[in-house]
Amino acid sequence: METAQLNLEPATDIQHDNRYYLNMGPQHPSTHGVLRVLLEMDGEYILDPQPVLGYGHRMHEKMAEHKNWMAFMPNTGRMDYAAALPYNHGFVSLFERLCGIEVPERAEYIRVITSELNRLVSHHLWLGAFLLDLGAFTPILYTFIDREKVLDILEDITGSRLTYCYFRVGGVCKDIDDKFVTRTREFIKYQRERFDVYNKLVTGNIIFLKRVEGVGVISKDMALRYGVTGPVARGSGINYDVRKNEPYSVYPRFDFEIPLGENGDSLDRYMVRLNEMEQSLRIIEQALDQLPAGPFLGKVPKKLKMPVGDSSFAVEAARGELTYYMVSGGGDIPYRLKIRVPSYSNLSILPELGQGILLSDLVTAMGSLDLVIPEIDR
Amino acid sequence: MPPELLRMIIAAVLVVSFVFLNAMVLGYMERKVSAHIQRRPGLMEVGPHGVLQLIIDGLKLIGKQLVVPEGSNKFLFRLAPLLSFAPCVLPFVVIPFSRKLQIVSMDVSLIFILAMTSINVVAILVAGWASNNKYSLFGTFRSVAQAVSYEIPMLLSLLSIILMTSTFSLQGIIAAQKYYWFILVQPLAFIIYFISGLAETNRAPFDLPEAESELTAGFHTEYSGMGFSFFFLAEYANMFTVCSIATILFLGGWKGIPLPLGDFTGIVWFMLKVYGLLFVMIWARWTYPRVRFDQLMSFCWKYLIPFALANLLITAVVVKLI
Repeated sequence: METAQLNLEPATDIQHDNRYYLNMGPQHPSTHGVLRVLLEMDGEYILDPQPVLGYGHRMHEKMAEHKNWMAFMPNTGRMDYAAALPYNHGFVSLFERLCGIEVPERAEYIRVITSELNRLVSHHLWLGAFLLDLGAFTPILYTFIDREKVLDILEDITGSRLTYCYFRVGGVCKDIDDKFVTRTREFIKYQRERFDVYNKLVTGNIIFLKRVEGVGVISKDMALRYGVTGPVARGSGINYDVRKNEPYSVYPRFDFEIPLGENGDSLDRYMVRLNEMEQSLRIIEQALDQLPAGPFLGKVPKKLKMPVGDSSFAVEAARGELTYYMVSGGGDIPYRLKIRVPSYSNLSILPELGQGILLSDLVTAMGSLDLVIPEIDR
Repeated sequence: MPPELLRMIIAAVLVVSFVFLNAMVLGYMERKVSAHIQRRPGLMEVGPHGVLQLIIDGLKLIGKQLVVPEGSNKFLFRLAPLLSFAPCVLPFVVIPFSRKLQIVSMDVSLIFILAMTSINVVAILVAGWASNNKYSLFGTFRSVAQAVSYEIPMLLSLLSIILMTSTFSLQGIIAAQKYYWFILVQPLAFIIYFISGLAETNRAPFDLPEAESELTAGFHTEYSGMGFSFFFLAEYANMFTVCSIATILFLGGWKGIPLPLGDFTGIVWFMLKVYGLLFVMIWARWTYPRVRFDQLMSFCWKYLIPFALANLLITAVVVKLI
């Protein structure tokens, strides 16, 4: 494994006159959004990358303090635009937990199916964009063909393609029909065949392997220190997935595995996400088989009467653990809503991850973290 | 007007129009081939199957303003595109398109072509320096280091052919391939030459100078309008030159199975071979990811140059023995 690493040792005692700053972003093509990274560099080596945030800040948390749950629902879909349904899921479950609202079983199944489809969409997007960062233009168009298929299925049911507002406290807003079930089953079959295409096009490519192997290594200890979650943590071998460790909804009823990496390099994170796509398909398949009949929306009062107290709910979003924490002072509007988003902690690892590596490797490492900037600047 | 001068003027006009035409054909080909690789129709709007799109693009680029950035060296900034474009036209003067169609027949035509294509590095250096932009400068440094390194295996692989033919004249080299193409006896040299050619013309997977995910657009980040299109023309002209050298030295040049086209047979065969190689270049670009800079350098110095040297040595011994 060949890696390029600058020896950082002499930096303390030798006068570095060659240091300069390079501003990467906020409109750089590989930061995927309005992230700005200020790079202190020596030649092509990065000495100190510092992310600068706040270009897309919309005060979602503050907005939540002035709205009831239904009025805030659209906001949840606008944080992580690549996988919005888990954000819906966490938010409605938060209220259900606090108010003790029963959710019909069918609704829980629909939530799981659509959330997992959304996870697939997110991983499709990531796969294409990651390869784009590495300079391969073609894979993104292949993954987008598959992504379109899922989006079409989801559009039929939820009414939107990107910023979903589908879940409701007590269930979901529209029932799924037979057409949805058949189309999803067809898609599962289709997607399984597509993995061969991905492997042929990308995984077996020697240039790809040389670019990702041993690049952006996150050790287990480092991952724990920064609190990274999701595929990034699992790539480093940390067996943590909210769906297994803190089961919610109907996830305990399904048989699926948590793919793990060993070395914590970009290749491991790539493999973890690719395997996760397969596991999502397994979950959807089982959920469709077990799908019970019944109502899709429980009985919920129009104006929610929340008890005084606090509540928190964690879900596994496509990028890691997403936690909503709410303090309620009674009434139907939260006193304070805190959202813990996975990308924020995943990004916080960047200054340590990027020390002494090449600019090209930083682009690879950042791509493998799968950052979505609007959820960081929420 | 003396006939020789008239001939030169006609030749100059022809060569420049050929460069423009080549850029148009190649631009169309690149966009269409990439579209089909990526399962999309590609150019469809202007003309049947979008054949006129590149003309419209050219007109658009002519109409655009050349923005000269603040703090740049204005003279050098304007000079660089011309410096890049002008030497790219000159190799066409000596390329034999067929038995008769060659503007100037020189004994050292191969050296002339190689010298002219090397000037491009200077143009890139000037462009990157004058832009006063760190990303441009990055692209420039990469480009210069890459071009200078890859010129060595390129020349070494060509030298093995020179040893076999003992001439630098392109018509002489084609004539030497009377019974078989040199790719059959020098496959390694061909592969080394083609890889170096990809790197020389900054094509993927060696397109680090314009790595858009890292450097936005590399050395021509700050160029717009005709400034950009001159670099674009130069890139495509260089690609054509590299592929035509490969055709002449390894694939028998304009020679081929006789077709009922009279004197045009040679041109048809030559163009077919060159555009076949150009297709491979485009194919590689849209299929592979980009290599990293240190990998690029180590690939050149650790693999290509030793193999090229060994190939040259073996060729020399064999030629001496025969």
